Amino acid sequence: MRIHILAASVILAVSCTGPAFAADDIQSLKKELNNLKQDYRQRIQALEDRLEKAENNARMANAKASQIEEKVQEEGGAGTASSSQNSFNPAISLVLDGRYAGFDNEPGAYKIPGFALGGEAGPGEEGFAIGETELSASANVDDKFYGQVTLAIGDEDGSTEVGLEEAFIQTLGLGNGLTVKAGRFFSAIGYLNQQHAHAWDFTDAPLIYRGLFGNKLIDDGLQITYIAPTDIFLEFGAEAFRGSRYPAGGDHDDIGSWTAFANVGGDIGIEHSWQLGLSHWQADNVDGRISDSGAAEPSSFTGDSKINALNLVYKWAPNGNPYNRNLKVQFEYFDRREDGRVVVLDSDPSEITGYDGNQKGWYAQMVYQFMPQWRTGLRYDRLSSDNTGSDNELLAAAGLDDQGHTPQRYSAMVEWLPSEFSRIRLQFNRDDSYDDSDNQIFLQYTHSLGSHGAHQY
Amino acid sequence: MFNQWKIIVTAVMAITVWVAPAAHAGLRVFACEPEWASLTRSLGGDHVNVYTATTNRQDPHHIQARPSLIAKVRRADLLTCTGAELEIGWLPLLLRKSGNRKIQTGQPGHFMATDYVTLLEKPAILDRSAGDIHEAGNPHIQLDPRRIMQVATHLSRTLIRLDPSNREDYEKKLTSFTQKWQKKIDQWYQQTQPVRGKSVVVHHDGWFYLLRWLGLNQIATLELKPGIPPTSSHLSQLLSTLQKNPVYLIIYASYQDNKSANWLSQKTNVPTVALDFSPAENETLVHWFDRLIDQLLNVKD
Repeated sequence: MRIHILAASVILAVSCTGPAFAADDIQSLKKELNNLKQDYRQRIQALEDRLEKAENNARMANAKASQIEEKVQEEGGAGTASSSQNSFNPAISLVLDGRYAGFDNEPGAYKIPGFALGGEAGPGEEGFAIGETELSASANVDDKFYGQVTLAIGDEDGSTEVGLEEAFIQTLGLGNGLTVKAGRFFSAIGYLNQQHAHAWDFTDAPLIYRGLFGNKLIDDGLQITYIAPTDIFLEFGAEAFRGSRYPAGGDHDDIGSWTAFANVGGDIGIEHSWQLGLSHWQADNVDGRISDSGAAEPSSFTGDSKINALNLVYKWAPNGNPYNRNLKVQFEYFDRREDGRVVVLDSDPSEITGYDGNQKGWYAQMVYQFMPQWRTGLRYDRLSSDNTGSDNELLAAAGLDDQGHTPQRYSAMVEWLPSEFSRIRLQFNRDDSYDDSDNQIFLQYTHSLGSHGAHQY
Repeated sequence: MFNQWKIIVTAVMAITVWVAPAAHAGLRVFACEPEWASLTRSLGGDHVNVYTATTNRQDPHHIQARPSLIAKVRRADLLTCTGAELEIGWLPLLLRKSGNRKIQTGQPGHFMATDYVTLLEKPAILDRSAGDIHEAGNPHIQLDPRRIMQVATHLSRTLIRLDPSNREDYEKKLTSFTQKWQKKIDQWYQQTQPVRGKSVVVHHDGWFYLLRWLGLNQIATLELKPGIPPTSSHLSQLLSTLQKNPVYLIIYASYQDNKSANWLSQKTNVPTVALDFSPAENETLVHWFDRLIDQLLNVKD
């Protein structure tokens, strides 16, 4: 009963106040609703922002986690860096070289009329022979210097001899394109001269290198090179040498011989590259340079000697990728002028003649790698000389008369290179160095052990 | 005579120094491979002037130290290369000949990407009979976008160190690169779900990081030993393996000879794909990866 009365009074109260309350309230309700709407919109926006942030964070975290996971896997698996005492040892490289050579003529009868041969000039030994075993060590000395030593170990007359081919230091990043080298090194004259024998494309040196330098111009001294800050490669350099080694000679208190050289080079498109070099070598005071290789009488030269040289190298590779196929063409020309006197040794009383010599020569070669691991090449050599003296008979005895002959040689080779570190080469020469033509065949291996440094262009 | 030569050489040197262009638009960067050129451009923008030493048609193991490269290194402020002995056949010579202090080993301008990431596939036995192996591990890290991300952070720091006046800009560029790159990594990951777990054969063991990232199984290489061209006996052995267990794809780099891959493909009906080992000239890393993923997903027979 009580409940009924209560309910009725509530209904009455509500129905009485109803209309006035409604009109006022709809307005405020609407307002509130709008506020709510706006509020929610803002909140949702904020939530979305947070969500995106969280997602980004999760993504980053995932990436990091996977990196860490990978790191953990890696650290478990692979060995860690070595920290033994020999980790600062220089890079050591050992080049093994051996050959079989077959000649029609006696190698002892070898000569180049018009050239008095010295140094290591000659066709080499017949039959099976070990070539020069090259042992080389190199490393950055510190942040300022690089150092390198190369020993050439070879057999001479039945006994093993060790020759110091190179022993030099070189500045590292002196700045402004300058580099200074000091010690014993391969002179920058010509193009091939700076390459080790194992990097040659043929078993033997070009005839002009044989005739003028006894294969190679190596001396003790100082070299300065400068590379210009230009887009095209432009290099200038000069060398000052002691000048005691062939083809200079004698003891010198200061500079016995010197060189100056300039190289320019660049690319043509992406497939072609080239380099052109000019160089000059001069020894004003050669004192008793001995030429005792070859069949001519041993002789000694005293006077001044100058060489001018030009070289050109061109390389091509499809897409600039030499791995599959590439071509290399190279040409060098040398001209030597000498003025002084020649003594024929082992003569009593000593026989002397005035000597005015001019010897020139060039070679051109082309090497084509037609597929990975296989290369083939052709080379042509040609020399000439015009020497005069006060005693022509003596000049002829010393091998300085050209005997009306133009020395030349044709060479062809094919190489198989199972890897970067090994090479087997078959080479054939038709050698007209002197008037008795010689057919020469070489089968040679050149293998390298240990670290193998970068090769020059 | 000696004096004459001295005068000539000094005169020529003086002229070239004087004539040499003084214009210097930002940092000069020498990038050994296109991927680092691309990354440096993304992170450096107008503040860097990038020269790329190689293209994606060239095998970065076998580049010659050409005169043009020496001239470029001579003037570089920064070197961005892969390192880990990838460029051992040419870069040391360029450095030695350049006469440029800024980019020598140990200088801030000497940036080797592999110094900043963990390398995998470190050989347990170092012996050349195993082929042309890398002592420090597999250097081809440009094929792993997560590693590129790590390199980017360090490269940006190097740029700031060399050119502190543009610090803010470099930082901004790194942030925008990182965000975009992370989004792309997720996208590529999603896209490649369908091929995960499939087996592939590769020409050279150079795709390791890419395959690992995408969860592809490399079951064999056409080269029996790295750096040594495929032999016919190895190929015929591979043929019989593939005939028993077919694979999804044969992958080779576009700079590699395609004869062996095509031969195997014809015999087994497994499609081949030539992937670019590096971005093309002036291509962004994003675009290059998009292409790689696209090629892997849409295999044409």
